[in-house]
Amino acid sequence: MENLINIFVKSVFIDNMVFAYFLGMCSYLAVSKTVKTAMGLGIAVTFVLLVTLPINYLLENYILKPGALAWAGESFAELDFSFLSFIIFIAVIASIVQLVEMVVEKYSPALYDSLGIFLPLIAVNCAILGGSLFMQEKNFLNIGEATSYALGSGIGWLLAILGLAAIREKLQYSNVPGPLKGLGITFIITGLMGIAFMSFLGIKL
Amino acid sequence: MSLLSSRNRKVLVDPLSKSNPVIILVLGICSALAVTAKLEPALVMSISVIVVVAFSNVIVSLLRNTIPARIRIIVQLVVVATLVTIVNEVLKAFAYDVSKQLSVFVGLIITNCILMGRLEAFALGNKPWPAFIDGIGNGLGYGIILVIVGFFRELLGSGTLFDYQIIPSSFYEAGYENNGLMILPPMALIVVACIIWVHRIMNKDLQEDNN
Repeated sequence: MENLINIFVKSVFIDNMVFAYFLGMCSYLAVSKTVKTAMGLGIAVTFVLLVTLPINYLLENYILKPGALAWAGESFAELDFSFLSFIIFIAVIASIVQLVEMVVEKYSPALYDSLGIFLPLIAVNCAILGGSLFMQEKNFLNIGEATSYALGSGIGWLLAILGLAAIREKLQYSNVPGPLKGLGITFIITGLMGIAFMSFLGIKL
Repeated sequence: MSLLSSRNRKVLVDPLSKSNPVIILVLGICSALAVTAKLEPALVMSISVIVVVAFSNVIVSLLRNTIPARIRIIVQLVVVATLVTIVNEVLKAFAYDVSKQLSVFVGLIITNCILMGRLEAFALGNKPWPAFIDGIGNGLGYGIILVIVGFFRELLGSGTLFDYQIIPSSFYEAGYENNGLMILPPMALIVVACIIWVHRIMNKDLQEDNN
């Protein structure tokens, strides 16, 4: 249990998707104009990460890894499908996003209205695929750890986008130099936020 | 028809400055920032992206009349994922050290927004040859920014370029020190912000009205 909490805290603050690895930057910069939409996208990303990462974990460990197919019999024990992982992961993500969209539309129209436009965007959000690829590198021991990592990364991303959106709402009242307006100042704010988050680096878990 | 008609030349040159994918359209930021602590991975990453964008543009352009509109995103993702897998295997075989440094970011070319953006906006509506040129142009536009950022971060952060010492040791004896901050991830954002700043001072029409 302690281990799960460690992984969670670590992925929220220390290995933050946005500030440590720049994942999901495109939508992070595009959808952070107001706090409300930022919240919607953040929740959608967390949710999709939470669903796809455990599935990809199972695929990785029971099909793709070298020797992972040993359960299927002697003759499969030698196979190594790891070169297929990009295609399999992105296919899982794209289809889960599509499925989630349909399920949410059917059972919770209110949620669909608030998340609807963001869901298709998420299939090409690097944070989601990045989560799966980092999972592959980190060699988690069991599916619980992978799920805790997914939740942590999602919430870390949500925190980051909420923070930026809040700052940008306030920024409307400030006098930014012309050439820096819009994109430029957003980059600088993200950089400063990243430096602030770096102070978590010293924490040993 | 010459090799590059005037329209094709425009397609090739525009993404280098006027409609640069990174600093104007804000596409493909994720990898642009993460791999630029040194010049060498930045260069390898740019070349990989140029190859993948150009060829996925050609393939999708060839298939454009046969892909049903409803499932086009998945088809595009599969085409891109296949090309990225090939690039990844080639890098592992011929440039193993760099491929280790790039780690997951080679895989993340799949979700690089430049790809989806170009496939959606250009390849689905154009013939293969212009699509190829468009891919090369956008890949170069992306590469230029990566190389500029990588150049400044490696020069100021480690005093080297391609791992060769550039800042002479007499500087260090006189009290010069490498700026360790440049190696850290957040500085990539600030260097890109400076590029945007300079670029928009030179192109006044690109400035935005509000924050």
